[in-house]
This record gives sequence, C-alpha cells and structure tokens, in this order.
Amino acid sequence: MDAKKLLLNPLVVENPINVQILGICSALAITTKLETAVTMCFAVTFVLVLSNLAVSLIRNQIPSSIRMIVEMTIIASLVMFVDQVLKAYAYDISKQLSVFVGLIITNCILMGRAEAFALKNGPWPSMLDGLGNGLGYSVVLLTVATIRELFGSGSLFGFEVLPLVTNGGWYPANGLLLLAPGAFFIIGLMIWITRTLKPDMVEKEN
Amino acid sequence: MHKDSIARTIGVAVVVCVACSVIVSSAAVGLRSRQHANQVREQMVQILAAAGLPESDLAGDTETLKRRFDQVIETRVVDLATGERLSDVDPASIDPRKEARNPATSTVIAQGEDLAGIKRRANRQAIYLYRKDGRIERIILPVYGKGLWSTMYGYLALSSDAMTIERLAFYEHAETPGLGGEIDNPRWKAQWVGKKAFDDEGEPRIEVIKGVVDSSSPQADYQVDGISGATITGRGVMNLVRYWLGEQGYGPVLEKLQETEGR
Repeated sequence: MDAKKLLLNPLVVENPINVQILGICSALAITTKLETAVTMCFAVTFVLVLSNLAVSLIRNQIPSSIRMIVEMTIIASLVMFVDQVLKAYAYDISKQLSVFVGLIITNCILMGRAEAFALKNGPWPSMLDGLGNGLGYSVVLLTVATIRELFGSGSLFGFEVLPLVTNGGWYPANGLLLLAPGAFFIIGLMIWITRTLKPDMVEKEN
Repeated sequence: MHKDSIARTIGVAVVVCVACSVIVSSAAVGLRSRQHANQVREQMVQILAAAGLPESDLAGDTETLKRRFDQVIETRVVDLATGERLSDVDPASIDPRKEARNPATSTVIAQGEDLAGIKRRANRQAIYLYRKDGRIERIILPVYGKGLWSTMYGYLALSSDAMTIERLAFYEHAETPGLGGEIDNPRWKAQWVGKKAFDDEGEPRIEVIKGVVDSSSPQADYQVDGISGATITGRGVMNLVRYWLGEQGYGPVLEKLQETEGR
C-alpha cells in the first residue's frame, strides 16, 4: 500500500468513527467544546502513531499468547505519559479533559489499529496508518465539537458567536446538544451521510 | 528459541514491562515539580479571585502572583471544632483533603447534620483572610460538598463581619456541562453576591429556589435563583453552603474570629 492511501483512506473511506464505528465513547464525552476536542485529537493521534510504531517494531518478537496484553501495556504507558505532560504543560485543559485522557487507553481505535495493522506491517506504514486514523478520528471529533459548541453554547473556542438569551442576546441555546444524546444524533447523521454518498459501504442484505 | 516458548513469553513480558515503566515513571518524576507548581498557582489564583481582585491581577508569572498573594492574604490554620487558631502549624504543610480521609485526623459527621454529603471532615482547615490596610476585608473559606455527579470544591468569601456572602465560586467539579456545570456561569455566581449568610437567629438560611427571586419579598436576601435542569446540583450548592456556615462547619471559627479581631 502506498503512503498516500494509508494516510488519506482513514479520513473518509475508512474513517475509524464513521465507518469502523470505533472510539464512539470519547467522541460523545469530550466534544461539548472545541478546545477539549482539539487537545483530545492531538493526544489520541500522538498515542496512536507511537503505539502503532512500537507494536510494529516488536511485532516479530511478541508471543501470540500475550499479544494483546503487550499491546495494552504499550498503549497504557503512552497514555499515562501524555496525561503527565498535559498536567505539567496544559493544566487548565487537562483539568477539563479529566478522566477522558486516561480513557484513551480503552479507545477501541488504538487496540483496533495495533491488532489489525501494526502487527502485520512494518514501522513506517504503521506510523502512517496511525497518523491517518488519528486524523480521521480528529475530523469527526472536530466536526461534532463545532456543531455542539456552536449550537449548544453559542460559541466557538469559547468566543461568543451567537449571543445567548441567558446573556442578553437572541439565541436560545440547544441544551440537547450538550448532552451525550446530542452527539449520538450528530454522529448518526454523519454515518448516514457517508453511507448515502458511498453506497458500497452498506452491508448487503442476505 | 521458539517465539511462543514459555521462556520467550516471560522474557518479552518482562522487557516490555520494564521499558514501559521506565517511560512512565521518568515522565512522572521529571514533571512532578512543574505539576505541583501548577496546582499551587491554581489555588492562589482561586483565592485571589475570591478576595475580589480584578482579573488583571490574577495573570503574570508565578513569582509575581506569589508575591501579591503573600502581600494581601493571611493564611491561618484553624481547628474546626473549637474555632481556635493553630498558629504553630505551617499552612503549607497540611492537606485537609487527605486529612479528611484519615480517621485519625478527621471527624465523622452525624447523618442528620451531613448536609454537604461528605461523611467526614478534616479536624483542621486552612482559611484565608484578605487584608486591606491591615483590616480584614474578606474571609475566604474552602468549601465542598456533593452535587449530582461529583464533589464540588470551591471558595466562599464572606464580608469582614461574616454576615454577607461576597462570592461563591467552584474550581473543581464534574457536573453536567450546560446544566449543573452552569454553576460556573458568571451570571449565576453574581446572584450570590450580597446575600445574607445568616438570619437574625444566626442560622444559615441561604436557599436556592425554583424560579426567579421576588426582590420585594423579605426572603429575597436569602434566596438565589435555581438553574433550570440543575435542581440537584443547585440543592447540593445550597446544602454545602449551609453546612459549612453551620456549627459543624466554620461556625465556631467565624465566632472566634469576630471575638479576636473585634470591632
């Protein structure tokens, strides 16, 4: 597979959230605001690239009986590392992300890519695959966060765009978007749109 | 050696574990001082904000902030049961959150009196006095209690006679953003300013009510508008304020403070 395909495919055609339906949990939890979503995107992409690299580097050494545990250990260590760095250099944001940084460990995208790709491919393609999937995750996260913050809180990156009624403006905030079901609706609609535009993704009826 | 042999499996496991733990522990140790500095700074900013200092005074590097803090804020460690000042205890050396969990340094709160839902409280707390020209301007008390999902931590600032609430703000909680999380909304926080902390009998009577406070009602001095969709969080805030102002909370401390600081 060539590099371009590895990098670009996960953006739309094999998007981890919209098509592989992985990593939904965090996509619901931290997309109420763009600021936290952006940080989360960086964190997940960083961990994904490095975990894919690490797993790929030792793929020929890992005994199959403890394959998953090894992957999990690598992912967990990287996540803890990111968590420590955020606490030291981006304290405010790390407070907002709170437990969700730790929960990157359970993000299925990481295990999914380690299992499905990094175990069978060399370090360079694995890194590209990690980067591509990280970006694919980011595309969805940022779209959802933009919609939720704009229509749920009337702001983008914390700056007021639609003046809220509660602050003396004209826009009545849509509280549903700030709750988890709001994100479900948006992601559901995105999956629907992707599948309508690319009918070959729809499973064949038996 | 075969890839799937037992010796090989154990070997790989050990190597991976050691490598990973070296990465994690060196990150934790290497960054610890920076993380700690962040926490200390955050606490100073919160207390200065509770003192009513303008936003512009809360910025700047940690050194400047520390100097400003030491200039205007007096930190005191107090015994909650007696209200006495524990002048031989260095405020920096105590951690009331940790002490609240340790049976040796905390007191169980009787069920009927546990308005804040915290089960036990530390025996001592650090409180902060904001002084201006030598006189106490505000009394800043750390408060916390249960909301809907989380324990909410904040600072309650009282006027120098401890009768009026000057500010209530939370710095740590995990309430639903947009609903309970609206306790951070400046407009809601503004409602607390100027409310009476105690009624004529000296009982805390602050109340978060449904709907809008009728400003002509005699109760208006004790009432704050509730937030729609955040009934339980609002009730939690009300209860924790009442608890900490009461006899089980800072009641004795506030009394002692009035005696000693006199007026």
